[in-house]
Amino acid sequence: MESKDYLKDLNEIKHLMNKSSRFMSLSGLSGILAGIYALTGAYFVNIIISNIKEASNTFESFVISYNSVLTLIIIAFGVLLLSVITAIYLSWRKAKKQNESLWDAASKRLLINFMIPLITGGFFIIFLVEKEMFTLVAPLTLAFYGLALVNASKYTLSYIRYLGLTIIALGLISLWFIGYGLLFWALGFGVCHIIYGALMHFKYDKK
Amino acid sequence: MSLIANINKAFDHRIRLGIMSILMVNEYADFNTLKELLDVTDGNLASHLKALEKEDFINIEKQFIGRKPNTRYSASKIGTKTFKDHINALERIINKQK
Repeated sequence: MESKDYLKDLNEIKHLMNKSSRFMSLSGLSGILAGIYALTGAYFVNIIISNIKEASNTFESFVISYNSVLTLIIIAFGVLLLSVITAIYLSWRKAKKQNESLWDAASKRLLINFMIPLITGGFFIIFLVEKEMFTLVAPLTLAFYGLALVNASKYTLSYIRYLGLTIIALGLISLWFIGYGLLFWALGFGVCHIIYGALMHFKYDKK
Repeated sequence: MSLIANINKAFDHRIRLGIMSILMVNEYADFNTLKELLDVTDGNLASHLKALEKEDFINIEKQFIGRKPNTRYSASKIGTKTFKDHINALERIINKQK
């Protein structure tokens, strides 16, 4: 009798603490889909790169690589854009189902804290690309994206923290494997997103 | 010490419990945020806030955002401590009865 009320009180406390400080509607399914987009993108990038490598002479390879740069950029931004749209749409659907709003104090805080490391990293990478120092691009994108996730994890589902730490580790390991950037990108943005997205989907979405 | 020594009567209501829960994990919250989160009417929320204010469990800060008056609330030191004791007491009772 009495203890049942106390248990209800505690659950209510926990629920409100989470709801008021964390954005709980983040969709796990969108993580899985983002991972699949990233792997598909990596697959096409790999085809383009091996075409460049197979070119018979330097002039031919120069022409191909010149044309390919635009395609590579389009693939990268396509994957990014598609992932963001999917995440917003699925989270909006989940929020609606749970009778919560997509744009509130919690999601604003999440976004701001996610963007701080991400924009910092973005500047670094634009600088490196401009100076044609491509070797550190893959390790740095992974490391800064991981830091952004760890920073954002205080304001959303706690699984994000472990996803972030895994991706930071991959970024650091890739420092010793310069030249395999695409492989590490595929592991970080593809495989990790799919694994953690699935974990989150089965733990939180199915309610 | 008796089990219910730290159960505080001031938190013996769903809305007051809710207000304190929200203020424990947020630096502050304004009236409308609390209203939305707790899904209560203005009058109802105001009277419960008044009750917590009377116990000195919350701090009230009135300010203007542009021309609109805005009241924001935060948990006081004593409110934080009392609420933590309250939660611990709840947990002890539940564990005892398992």
